[in-house]
Amino acid sequence: MKVRIDPEICQGQGRCFSIAPGVFDFDDLGNGVVIGDGTLTNDTIELARLAQSNCPEHAIFIEE
Amino acid sequence: MTDSPLVQDFATDWDHSDPQWVADPYPIWDDLRQRCPVAHTERYGGGWFPVTHAGVSEIAKDTDNFTSRNVVIGNGRPTELDLPAPIGVAPPITSDPPFHAIARRLILPAFAPGPINALEPMIRELCSSLLDELVGEGVVNAGTKYAQYIPPGVIRGMLGFPEEDIEHFLEMVHIIMEGIDHAEEERIVEFEPVEAYFAAQMEDHMDNPRDDLTSYLLNVELEGQNLAMEHVFGTMVLILVAGIDTTWSAIGSAIWHLAQNPEDLARLVNEPDLMPVAIEEFLRFYAPVTMARLVKHDMEYQGCPMKEDDWILLGFPAANRDPVAFKDADQFIIDRAENRHVAFGLGIHRCAGSNLARLEMRVALEEFIKRYPRFDLAEPEAVTWAPGQIRGPRNLPIRILP
Repeated sequence: MKVRIDPEICQGQGRCFSIAPGVFDFDDLGNGVVIGDGTLTNDTIELARLAQSNCPEHAIFIEE
Repeated sequence: MTDSPLVQDFATDWDHSDPQWVADPYPIWDDLRQRCPVAHTERYGGGWFPVTHAGVSEIAKDTDNFTSRNVVIGNGRPTELDLPAPIGVAPPITSDPPFHAIARRLILPAFAPGPINALEPMIRELCSSLLDELVGEGVVNAGTKYAQYIPPGVIRGMLGFPEEDIEHFLEMVHIIMEGIDHAEEERIVEFEPVEAYFAAQMEDHMDNPRDDLTSYLLNVELEGQNLAMEHVFGTMVLILVAGIDTTWSAIGSAIWHLAQNPEDLARLVNEPDLMPVAIEEFLRFYAPVTMARLVKHDMEYQGCPMKEDDWILLGFPAANRDPVAFKDADQFIIDRAENRHVAFGLGIHRCAGSNLARLEMRVALEEFIKRYPRFDLAEPEAVTWAPGQIRGPRNLPIRILP
């Protein structure tokens, strides 16, 4: 399972990297970026989902 | 707006400065959401107020039909004297695409989490010293003696202006806040001392560059050129105007809430890790900022005949109370896990200072409850709320409990 952020939709609301700092980071402008290739483990999947459900812009996608 | 007639029906005659709205807008919005999702007014030369999350979201993201040329509702409209869209008066908040992206890219790096998080010790020291001034008092005014001083103190530090200038700096901030919506001719005169002080600071920074926001703005390049001094000054004014009564209101509202909800206060005192989640719920429930747009051209929106230059009052705080978008929207739930609130706006104009606002809120509340783990409202009826597009308590007497 993989998570990605659509950079066209992300506006740097800053919720993902606060909720799931092991999954997401921020770039120089404060926009969210996925750490590594976005592969989720049993340890990170719930946090990634929580971040997704807190993104006001609906910019986070989790795919099988 | 004290000379305006009182509103009888907010669906056809809304006014965000009406005393009923200023005192408690939430029942008004709940009522409108049921029967009139886009309310109308003839006041201010005509305007519309979408009250649902869907409506606010759609208009915030639609820069083809709605312009940010002016984001604060007044009786006039921007004139030919103002810079035309897409640049606007105070970029990037008053800019439209495509210029907006250029102006925004200029300031975002200074407000990204990296540089902002580095300010935490300075903010903590500021909050702590403000509380030191209040030691021994049984009733403290958390509005006029605490929340009000935090944002300007932080911005002074960010700009790298001398600490010993704080009283003078606060005076300058006062002139800007009072004068920002005055007519241009008045404003030019009123801002003279501000410009002189800021120019002296800028010169000092040019002679002695350092790691602060002033040096950043003086050195940053826009399309290969340094910014003109007027542009640097304009950006500093924007940062002051956008960053002061907004965050002051957010901090004040949170303290007002905790003063009346001892169980929430006790949870924050006993579970410090809850603070970041609680901050998001404070932001949802008491979102302080409402922005405006202007309709670009005559059009129909959800059956409403909108005319060019009609105002749109973008009710982010109303969107945050929409039960379609939030479970138990009218309940403050301090540990709400799913919270897609829109307190900082949506789309390309997301508040550039959101990381700073959150940090100030967190540190201000942490320091306040560390000093005062139990408190309530000293005089509930004495609390006053700011009218207009920024909502928050101003007079906020808090009684310290043993």
